[in-house]
Amino acid sequence: MTIYDLIFYLFAAITVISAFFVVTTRNIVYSAYYLLFTFFGVAGIYVLLGADFIAVVQLVVYVGGILILLLFGVMLTNRITNVQIKTGTIKIAPAAIGVALFAGILGAALLKTNWKTINSEIPISTTHTLGLLLIQQYAVVFELLGILLLIALIGAASMARK
Amino acid sequence: MTQIGLNHFLFVSTVLFCLGIFGIITRKNAVMVLMGIELILNSANINFIAFAKYGNFGYQGQIMALFVIILAAAEAAIALAIVLNIYKTFSTVNVDEIDTMKD
Repeated sequence: MTIYDLIFYLFAAITVISAFFVVTTRNIVYSAYYLLFTFFGVAGIYVLLGADFIAVVQLVVYVGGILILLLFGVMLTNRITNVQIKTGTIKIAPAAIGVALFAGILGAALLKTNWKTINSEIPISTTHTLGLLLIQQYAVVFELLGILLLIALIGAASMARK
Repeated sequence: MTQIGLNHFLFVSTVLFCLGIFGIITRKNAVMVLMGIELILNSANINFIAFAKYGNFGYQGQIMALFVIILAAAEAAIALAIVLNIYKTFSTVNVDEIDTMKD
């Protein structure tokens, strides 16, 4: 077992275990903190797959942006004086059975499929290539996403303040 | 113990996806439903990047993962604005109690 395998199992365990607690803890604030560990684990998996730039973007956008936004959402939609910020749950048993069946089907499809894999050599740093792709081949998509983000921010601000 | 390959990464993303679906179905609080959606988007991203490494697609998978992250940011901002408005109108964010359009 190489060091690569060990690191993979470590990050996979962090991701899966904290994701499990995200969806089972009743306290919403704890769930948000467990989500932090899930995002860290996923960023580690990205690094193992040779996507260093995506991993940094994951940390900056998810941990720095989306998670803070979610925490704000929790704080603003519950009475702060109320210590018990809990969420109710519905239909746990049918949902668990359905999701377990679905997971079984997905897992079986995953194991039965004969994936043709090549181990492509990803260079040490992907930032240069990704940047060139973004302003050459995907320039239109890049601009459209910029406009989309602007629209989303204006829309969110105007919706939230009236 | 087999060597780490595509299957291992796909397995992690499968587990994340199913946990996200479970969260969306069972949680009542709208913010928790959003957290489930974030889990699902992350699992899709792991798939994109795993296939970018083990398939013959070059960097396209990584670019798509980048776009997914951008869309997730936009989606979270809009969704939280909607949740805040729902809280102002109904004084609750439990998705099973907001059923005025059902009548």
